[in-house]
Amino acid sequence: MNSKAGRWTLAVLAHLALLLAWYLFVRLGNVPKFVMPSPAATLDALLAPNYSWWTNIAVTGTEIFGGYLLALVVGVSLALVFTWSKLLEAFFMPLLVSLNMIPKVALGPLIIVWFKYGVFPNSIMAFSIAVFPILLTTARGLREIEPELLDLVRSLKGSRWQLFTKIQLPGALPYIFAGMKVGAILAVAGAIVGEFLGSDKGLGYLMLQVQVTLDTPAMFMAVIMITALGMLLYGLVLLLERLLVVKDARVA
Amino acid sequence: MNGSFIHLAGVRKAYGEHLAISDASFDVMPGELVSLVGPSGCGKSTLLKILAGLHPHDGGELRIGSPSHPFDPSRDVGMVFQAPLLLKWRRILENVLLPAEILGLPMAQSRSRARDLLALVGLAGNEAKYPYELSGGMQQRAAIARALIHDPKLVLMDEPFGALDALTREKMNLELLRIWKEAGKTIVFVTHGISEAVFLGTRVVVLTAGPARMADNFEVDLPHPRTLEMKTHEKFGEYTRRIYRLLGME
Repeated sequence: MNSKAGRWTLAVLAHLALLLAWYLFVRLGNVPKFVMPSPAATLDALLAPNYSWWTNIAVTGTEIFGGYLLALVVGVSLALVFTWSKLLEAFFMPLLVSLNMIPKVALGPLIIVWFKYGVFPNSIMAFSIAVFPILLTTARGLREIEPELLDLVRSLKGSRWQLFTKIQLPGALPYIFAGMKVGAILAVAGAIVGEFLGSDKGLGYLMLQVQVTLDTPAMFMAVIMITALGMLLYGLVLLLERLLVVKDARVA
Repeated sequence: MNGSFIHLAGVRKAYGEHLAISDASFDVMPGELVSLVGPSGCGKSTLLKILAGLHPHDGGELRIGSPSHPFDPSRDVGMVFQAPLLLKWRRILENVLLPAEILGLPMAQSRSRARDLLALVGLAGNEAKYPYELSGGMQQRAAIARALIHDPKLVLMDEPFGALDALTREKMNLELLRIWKEAGKTIVFVTHGISEAVFLGTRVVVLTAGPARMADNFEVDLPHPRTLEMKTHEKFGEYTRRIYRLLGME
């Protein structure tokens, strides 16, 4: 099963098998709906009248994508600044490595104090958790340059700018994407934790609401929607990587 | 020496306490292929970097270029390293064009020159491939084409075939001699392969380590074009024995 089509078939089959196992488990085990709903019951949750699915998806999506985009811009920009100033890098990099050790989730209550609750603080939550892997891998990618390649450019009296645009930046792209992929997964987690801690809209907020009434199908549906948002973001990153990075240069 | 393209007299280089080269004195005529041979730590790569203008020398006299062969240090040096160092994200043709881009040469002309050079190094038809699609030997051919794209007067090679398997290496030696004849460049070729040094060089400069110094400099009186069969000649053996002796290996 090495052909592309074969691998795709297997991947689809694995997902369908999980669905089937889920269905059989609930059906044959007579599992009560409030413990674990069947796939059909989960789908029915979409029809529930006052859950405002679209609004909640839009809110959570805005938080994830907004926080992620901010993390991307800030992470890559800071890494670029660091490659241009050794002093700034030596000063800030150890500090950022230390800050990275803070469990960002623990900042949640503080973020609420500073920014109240809503879309913005939850985006900040997604941002704070996604920015570090993007910044750290980008900085590393920009540093990784073969000394001989540097010699080659210097022997031609190439400028710092030429070295940057022709070798350093394209060479760092695979690393940037590696950081972006990790960041994409973390941004989703960040936004949802933010909603758990304090919000009045969004899929995480909805989960807390329906938890009270034990509407487990709606909770399942919310998890699926959150996962779908994450897959959409991750898929966009993969697509962009495919367009910009040559196959052999990609970092797994 | 009169008319020499490169002239070194007592060139010396130290990094702090560590003496990397001392008393390097030799002349290279225009169009010569000079082998610099010696063990690790003998300063041969350092000497190459000095010739490339990447490091200053600390003492002695160094001149590159002559009235008949003027030398512009910013655009008359081509470099080939042990690793091909092709940019993974560029196709072979674009890789060859890199020095032309850095120097700001006219692109249309450079493109057609790059195609000619790829044909010269035996890579015609591979212009649109990415480096990972080529074998190590083919990548090194592309690196040689890249070193020639801006038509430099001096090509510096730092153990360019050191990472290749023995058979590919012999083949690349023959190819290099052919390319050298056709391109008419002055080449300084660094190697730790004694038989490679003799086989390629019109002249061999022997460097020894600990302390780093120049031990010998002789002309190789073997006819051109060289053939692999010459490696069995008595004269060839005399040259390699001479180097082994200097390196204390006999």
